[in-house]
Amino acid sequence: MSDLTQRDLAPASLRVRPARSLYAGNARAVMFRGWRATRSTNWLVMVSGFFEPIFYLLAMGIGLGTLVGDVSTEGGQVVPYAAFIAPALLAVAAMNGAIYDSTWNVFFKMQFARLYEGMLSTSLGPLDVALGEIMLALLRGALYAVGFQIVMQALGLNLSWWALLALPAVLLIAFGFASVGMAITSYMKTFQQMDWISFVMLPMFLFSATFYPITVYPQWLQYVIQALPLWHGVELVRGLTTGAVDWGMLWHVLYYAVMIAIGLVFTTKRLRALFLD
Amino acid sequence: MSQPVIVARDLVKRYGEFAAVDGISFEVAPGESFGLLGPNGAGKSTTMRMVGAVSTRTAGDLTILGLDPDRFGPEIRSQLGVVPQADNLDTELRVRENLLVYGRYFGLPRKLVAERADELLAFAQLEDKGKAKVDSLSGGMKRRLTIARALVNDPRVLLLDEPTTGLDPQARHILWDRLFRLKEQGTTLLLTTHYMDEAEQLCDRLVVVDKGTIMAEGTPAALIRRYSSREVLEMRFGSDRNADVAGRLAGIGDRLEVLPDRILVYSENGEAELERITGAGLHPITSLVRRSSLEDVFLRLTGRSLIE
Repeated sequence: MSDLTQRDLAPASLRVRPARSLYAGNARAVMFRGWRATRSTNWLVMVSGFFEPIFYLLAMGIGLGTLVGDVSTEGGQVVPYAAFIAPALLAVAAMNGAIYDSTWNVFFKMQFARLYEGMLSTSLGPLDVALGEIMLALLRGALYAVGFQIVMQALGLNLSWWALLALPAVLLIAFGFASVGMAITSYMKTFQQMDWISFVMLPMFLFSATFYPITVYPQWLQYVIQALPLWHGVELVRGLTTGAVDWGMLWHVLYYAVMIAIGLVFTTKRLRALFLD
Repeated sequence: MSQPVIVARDLVKRYGEFAAVDGISFEVAPGESFGLLGPNGAGKSTTMRMVGAVSTRTAGDLTILGLDPDRFGPEIRSQLGVVPQADNLDTELRVRENLLVYGRYFGLPRKLVAERADELLAFAQLEDKGKAKVDSLSGGMKRRLTIARALVNDPRVLLLDEPTTGLDPQARHILWDRLFRLKEQGTTLLLTTHYMDEAEQLCDRLVVVDKGTIMAEGTPAALIRRYSSREVLEMRFGSDRNADVAGRLAGIGDRLEVLPDRILVYSENGEAELERITGAGLHPITSLVRRSSLEDVFLRLTGRSLIE
């Protein structure tokens, strides 16, 4: 039994690292799981979400755009209507992909599949689970966004070489929404509460300078819109695809960085409270 | 003397005012098969969660493999196999994928996990089900897959929470056989159950738990010797007559236990007691003499039946 005993005991070099209990550096195992699950069950669902912003672009940008003609952006630049709304819809594509995965899918796994309970009885920590799931949601958002940007390019709606930077910007947006989406979902207990998410998402999509500049609103309403995340995404991406780039855009980047951090902290805390009480 | 793999001393878990586990102490030696026997709500699962390093204790000391779960949760969990009470298999993945993915959660290399997955499918007698959907498996198969999954990291200790609850007798025997093999290979088992036959089959040693505290500890045979007689005579006189008849059985056997549906007479010789009773003009509708079991131990200790 002597060899057993040696294996049983903690090596003297084993020191307490508080971060270790939260993070095993193995978020990719959670992503691997997501990839296998998507591959075998619900890849078709993914395709549908991809077309939504494209339909909007065709209907509003091309259809309605012929009536609207050119519009001037926040920066005073005059662009065709389709080129005005396309970057907004690109940001929306990233948001939708990220939100779908990080809210409904996470809610299901949490409430019904008891998936995280299983994960957290292995050496994975709550931050591994949070990061892995958020990265998956982010990837989905990114996939939608890449597809959408190809359509934009084909329609000649990328007006500047800066548009190449729209891709990392869109990743940032997806990351922000996925992170906050999962954090909020982790506190939800019923389907009714989940419906509140859609209740917030739809008006945010319609009113965040997506289809027209927010200068049409009274000042106080502009502040409200500017406090919401999508507006920052829309402005950031629009600046890049239309080539109206300035240092002020870094505020939008900062906004998302803060979203990501807050989302990760709360998701990790909540998973820990739920499954490692 | 080898170091115990699990040491619990005055272990307490409180949820608000309610103490789910109220001062439990036990030790489990390497290779031992140790059981927590008790009714639902006795605190068995809560104890298992604390040992599994997924629930923190309110008070007391706990070490698993020499480590404190408050400080070394991931290190401990990486060496445990956990079979929870309710199956939490990944239904979005196929049978073999469940093993592959779970192995990856432990950070094990893909190739190693793939080899183990095939071995474990064979061990769980699910070789031909590798590509099946989890939902298409029977209850017994799901349990075996859950056990196979718990073994994917080659754990030092296997925690089984009510491993055969809800299974039909044949599925239970297949499962017991698998667990017995693990025991023979020297895997340390910690299991909870409310089936006395399961505890007698699988446990080298066990504690009887009720309302968060330990009522007795020992080997199944020793517990039966200590808290019960060799044989038990079970009689039914009809639900309305049992209590009435019991009053006339004074002096029969070592001890009487009157349940709503039957009367139990504890004695060294059940047949002899039955003759005395019929000789006295009492004729039970049915009678049965059997050996004492842990059920009787539990009844003696708590005044209640295990399964109600």
